[in-house]
Amino acid sequence: MCLAVPGQVESIRDDNGTRMGRVSFGGVVKDVCLAYLPEIAVGDYTIVHVGFAISKIDEASAQETLRTFAELGLLEESLAELRESDGAAEPPR
Amino acid sequence: MKHLAEYRDADTARRLAAEIGRIVTRPWAIMEVCGGQTHSIIRNGIDQLLPPEVEMIHGPGCPVCVTPLETIDRALAIARRPETILCSFGDMLRVPGSREDLFAVKAAGGDIRVVYSPLDAVKLARATPNREVVFLAIGFETTAPANAMAVKLAAREGLKNFSLLVSHVLVPPAIRAIMLSPGNRVAAFLAAGHVCSVMGTWQYPPLAREFRVPIVVTGFEPLDLLEGIRRTVVQLEAGRHELENAYPRVVNERGNEAAQQVIAEVFAPVDRAWRGIGVIPESGWRLAEAYADFDAEQRFDLAGITAVESPLCKSGEVLKGGLKPNQCPAFGKECTPRTPLGATMVSSEGACAAYYNAGRM
Repeated sequence: MCLAVPGQVESIRDDNGTRMGRVSFGGVVKDVCLAYLPEIAVGDYTIVHVGFAISKIDEASAQETLRTFAELGLLEESLAELRESDGAAEPPR
Repeated sequence: MKHLAEYRDADTARRLAAEIGRIVTRPWAIMEVCGGQTHSIIRNGIDQLLPPEVEMIHGPGCPVCVTPLETIDRALAIARRPETILCSFGDMLRVPGSREDLFAVKAAGGDIRVVYSPLDAVKLARATPNREVVFLAIGFETTAPANAMAVKLAAREGLKNFSLLVSHVLVPPAIRAIMLSPGNRVAAFLAAGHVCSVMGTWQYPPLAREFRVPIVVTGFEPLDLLEGIRRTVVQLEAGRHELENAYPRVVNERGNEAAQQVIAEVFAPVDRAWRGIGVIPESGWRLAEAYADFDAEQRFDLAGITAVESPLCKSGEVLKGGLKPNQCPAFGKECTPRTPLGATMVSSEGACAAYYNAGRM
C-alpha cells in the first residue's frame, strides 16, 4: 500500500473543482488526484499513493543522491589503491 | 524508467554493502518499520548482501497486518448485509477474520468491490444512490490524505449513502512502543519514506533524542535502502542518534502541508489496537466529530461481535521483530499464502508472505 513508483504528469485538468491529472508510469497512464500538489506541472515526476499525488520528485536532490553513490564507489576504489600502493594498513596517528 | 532504474544498479549496491562492511565493528540490529521496505529487502536479497554484524529486523509497518481482527469481523458483518457494497483495497480480501474472509462472503453473494483509490468508492456511491457504499479505510499516514479527501468530497456533494470503516495507524507511536517493549533489541530505525513524504520528518528528532536511537528516512529501491543502512551504521558506530533524511528527492522536513491540513480536519487521534501487538496510545486516527455522519461504525449496528484469533499464529511476535517468519512453527506448514492463519502471510507487505515468496524456508 505504501509502495509507489514515480510517474510523470502528462496533463492537468479541473474536475468539478478538484485538480486531477493523467500520470504515466512507464507507459501505463492513470487518473490521479493532484489536489495536494498545487504547484506540480506537466512533465514533473511525482509519487502516487492510492490515486493521489503526494510528493513532487526534486530533481536537484535526486542528482545529489546519485552523486553520493558515485563518490562512494570512487572513494572505496581509491582507498584500496592507496592501501595496495604503500602497503601501510595502519592509519596515521 | 527515470527515478527508478538508477537506484537498482547491482554494482553500486555491492559497493555500498562493502562500505558498510568496512565501517562496522560490532553487531547491530536495525528495524525497517515499513512493510514495503521489508519486501524490497527480502526480494532483492539485501539482508544477505550485508555483513554478518548487521541484522535487519522487520517492523509492524504493514497496514493490512496490524488491522485488528475486530475491524475485519465488522467489515465482514457489513459486507453480509444485503443493502451494502463494501469497497476495499485488494489486499484485505484474503485476510482471515474470526471465521471467514471477505472472499468467502463475496462467494456467498456479498457485494464486495476491490478499488484502487477511495475516490472509486465515492464514484460508486454517487452512481448507486439506493445502496450503502462503505469503504474499508485502513493504512498508515500514506493513505490518509486519500481517505480524508474522499470524505471531504462526499460531504461537499452531500452523499448520504457513503461511509468509512476507519482503522488508520501511525508510525511514530509504533516506534515509541517498540523502544518501550521489554527485551527490545532494535538499535536504530529506517523510517518509511512515503509516510514521511506526507508527514515530513519533524516528528522524528524528539524520538531519536528521547530513546538515543538513530532514525534514517529511506526509500524503497535497493540503493536507497543500502544508503539508509550505511548512514545508520555510521551513526551507530560514532555513538550518534539523530534524524537523517536519505531520501531527499521525495521527502522534506515539513512534508505535504496541504495533505496534513485536510487530515487534521477530517481525522482525530485515537488509541488504536494493533493486531498481534495490542493497544498503543494515540496510535491511530478516527473520523473527527464534524464527519461522524460518515462513520460506518455509527451507521450500522455492529454490536455483539467477538473476535477469535488463531492459536497457531505468531504474527504478533513477527510484527514486533521478536521472531523471524520462518522461525514460526506454522510457517509453510499450516500457514501459507493459500491458507493464511494471519494477515502477515496475506499482504504484499507482510513479512511472512515476503519470506514465503522468496523461498526463505
